[in-house]
Amino acid sequence: MTSGDVAVRIKGVSHQFGEAGEAQHVRALLDTSIDIARGELLCLIGPSGCGKSTLLNVMGGLMTPTSGAVEVAGKPVRGPRPHDIAFVFQEHALFPWNTVDENVRLGMLFQGVPKAEHEPRARKSLEAVGLAEFANHYPGQLSGGMRQRAALARALSLETGILLMDEPFGALDEQTRMILGEDLSVLLARTEKTIVFVTHSLGEAVFLADRVAVFTARPGTIKKIIRVDEPHPRKPEFVTSEKFTELRNELYALLHDEIRKTVSESARAREGM
Amino acid sequence: MTSRRNDRAAGIGSRAVQVGFLVAVFILWYLATTRWGVNRLLLPNPISVWHQLLDVLRTGEYLPDLRVTLTELAAAFLLATTSGTVVGYFVSRTRYTIRVFDPLFAGIYSIPIILFLPLYVLFFGLGPASKIALGTTISFFPIVINTIAGFGNVDRTLVTAARSMGASDYQLFRYVLLPAALPVILTGLRMGFTVALLSIIGSETIASLAGLGHHIVELAEGMDMSRMFAYIAFVVMIAAILNGAVSYLEARGRRRG
Repeated sequence: MTSGDVAVRIKGVSHQFGEAGEAQHVRALLDTSIDIARGELLCLIGPSGCGKSTLLNVMGGLMTPTSGAVEVAGKPVRGPRPHDIAFVFQEHALFPWNTVDENVRLGMLFQGVPKAEHEPRARKSLEAVGLAEFANHYPGQLSGGMRQRAALARALSLETGILLMDEPFGALDEQTRMILGEDLSVLLARTEKTIVFVTHSLGEAVFLADRVAVFTARPGTIKKIIRVDEPHPRKPEFVTSEKFTELRNELYALLHDEIRKTVSESARAREGM
Repeated sequence: MTSRRNDRAAGIGSRAVQVGFLVAVFILWYLATTRWGVNRLLLPNPISVWHQLLDVLRTGEYLPDLRVTLTELAAAFLLATTSGTVVGYFVSRTRYTIRVFDPLFAGIYSIPIILFLPLYVLFFGLGPASKIALGTTISFFPIVINTIAGFGNVDRTLVTAARSMGASDYQLFRYVLLPAALPVILTGLRMGFTVALLSIIGSETIASLAGLGHHIVELAEGMDMSRMFAYIAFVVMIAAILNGAVSYLEARGRRRG
């Protein structure tokens, strides 16, 4: 990969919470490096507490790593980069006192989009996620899946090259997340965005990703990268194909040991208390 | 359907009991003065109180005292609102200041500050200044405590989301922190208003030169019991109107927020 094709370059990022010796001291990430190509969808998967979300926050400039660096478009990330990077959070993070439409416009206001573009961009992004009819609803009046669509519309309206999604469907039921995953694949095939997607779900990772980065147990680092060679948008039939099952099984085997490690470690920590 | 009808029937029923209770009080009051020979100096006849009330309203003689009390109330509430929300906002900025000041304010709020009235009179005199100072002090605490709670408990995810989209400090305040905190702050303002009204009228009855509370005590000292009762009824009316108006504004502000 030449450096012009790299959207995000992560170089030796380590992060710890608290200081060594303190009770709350946690080594979340250990010397993680990866280049994310322009237009690629990368899934991060790993046991809980392995630092996937930490890495996402570091990429987005919401957290400064203890060591290492992140570059976006060749420039080091030192804080939020609203013109390059948009987020979709696990708990939709919509402002409950604003309607869906107002939420989308507020994002553009924060980013500094000229007023004249707010209306057409808001309409376009709400149509893209299928929420045009619900523009004047408040988040509290929508289902969980619709709220995540609204949060995605807000992120899309910012028209950034990079989209970081932190378990965006984590709180939804299996059927809703399946449909949202299919829609997302269709949607993103059109936009050519670079996407990093944190998930717990093996199926979701295989279905969406161009590459899946599997993390080790804490302190997390990338154990292996699996490539999914399947064109976007992915068809629902892909889920039942042999290729899908093989990849899913491979991921399962890689993850299984790490999850075991995490579970036995937390059991040990509890005994020690 | 049935349950809603039952609810409504229960609502009408309880309203009837409330009205019935008040009517019974008035009947007992009337009987006490006409039949059971309770001293008129202790308890005037309700009908003569009613006539006195109409006279008070007609002559408009309450206006100078009402003006004094309302001016004191407005000044105290304005000062307490300004200082309470500003101090509350800055305290809410860091975990450390919340940990230090929140229990401090809550502790002071729980003591009866009216005890310090003699001190306020010594410092500020018998005039409106001491009432304003006391009213400000007493209503400052519910306002500051609710402002800290409002700004201190804003969902961190919303702040992070706004920051990630490039919100400036001003935008963060205007579009995230303020709307998130507003309902709790409005409740604090309503509580602050109520205690300011109580403490100002109360302190007027204890040590003052003018105001509605002062006038009531004057009538009591002149043994003009029917007129005093009429004034008490008048002040109750004023207080009910003011509290109703403030509750209405609070509900409106909540919907907006």
